[in-house]
Amino acid sequence: MSGHTHDGGTELSDIELRVRALESLLTEKGLVEPDALNELIDTYETKIGPRNGFKVVARAWTDPDFKKRLLEDANTALAEMGYEGRQGETMVVLENTPKIHNMVVCTLCSCYPWPVLGLPPVWYKSFPYRSRAVIDPRGVLKEFGLDLDEDVEVRVWDSTSEVRYIVLPERPPGTEEMSEEELAGIVNRNSLIGTAKVQAPSAKGESA
Amino acid sequence: MNGVHDMGGMHGMGPIVLEEDEPVFHAEWERRIFALMRAMSVWERWNIDMSRHARERIPPARYLGSSYYERFLHSLETLLVEKDFLTQEEIEERMAELAREGA
Repeated sequence: MSGHTHDGGTELSDIELRVRALESLLTEKGLVEPDALNELIDTYETKIGPRNGFKVVARAWTDPDFKKRLLEDANTALAEMGYEGRQGETMVVLENTPKIHNMVVCTLCSCYPWPVLGLPPVWYKSFPYRSRAVIDPRGVLKEFGLDLDEDVEVRVWDSTSEVRYIVLPERPPGTEEMSEEELAGIVNRNSLIGTAKVQAPSAKGESA
Repeated sequence: MNGVHDMGGMHGMGPIVLEEDEPVFHAEWERRIFALMRAMSVWERWNIDMSRHARERIPPARYLGSSYYERFLHSLETLLVEKDFLTQEEIEERMAELAREGA
C-alpha cells in the first residue's frame, strides 16, 4: 500500500465535522443555498462526464471538417457541441497516430478538461501518476496495460490551470461500418487522457 | 512556487492504483466540499490562481498525507478565513457544537 490512503482512517470524522461546520456556517450567513449545492453535485455526477468526450471523439472520427476545427481551435469546435465552461477555458486536442502517442498529466495538481470529461479519476490526481508520467511514461503506460512499440514516439503534455489537453485516440480498424452514435459507445475515458487505446468491439455478438 | 506539489519527476510514490467503475465521489463529504468550493467561487473573492496558491501553501507533510478532497477542504478553509467570510474560531466552535450534537 502507498502511504497516501484515500479518505479512510481516524481523521474521517474530523474531516466530516469540518465540512459540515463550513456548510452550516455558510448557509446560515446566506452565502450558499443547499438546493444550489445539490444541483451542482447532480450536474457533475450525472450530466458533465466522459460521455461528452466520447461524443466528441465519435464526431471527429466521422466528420473530417469537425476534426480539423477541433485540432485547430478546440474551444470553438467543442462549443458547437455545447461543451464549454469552468475548468475548460482553454482546451487543446492532440491527435494520436500510429507513430505518435500523446498522454496527459497535471504534475502540479489535477488540471483536467471538465466540460469534456467531467471530474478526474483518483489515479489522475494521485501522487504516483503525477510524479512518474513525465519521467517514465512508458512504464506508466505499461501499468495501464498499454505496451507501445519502441518506434512510437510518446509525447507527455503537462496540463496547467490555463491550458488543458484532450487526446483524440486512433479510430480502431474494423469500425468502418459503425455510426457516429455506435462509435461513441466504444470510446473509453482513459483513451482521452492517453492511457488507453480504443478497441473495436469483439467480433462475436457486437455486429452493427 | 517550488513546493512539494511540484512533483513531476519525483521517485518513490509507488504504483498507480486503478479502480474499476470508479464513482465521481467516494463519500458524501467529498460531494459537499466540492459543491461548497464551486458555490463560493461565484462571490469572486478569489480566482483560480489564488485557489491554487492556497492549495500549494498546505504544509508539505500535510499535503503528502492528504487525499485530493482533503486538500480541497484545507484550501477552501484557508480562503474563507483569509477573505473574511468566516473566522477560524467560528469554524472550530461550530465543529465542537456539531460533535456535541453527535452530528
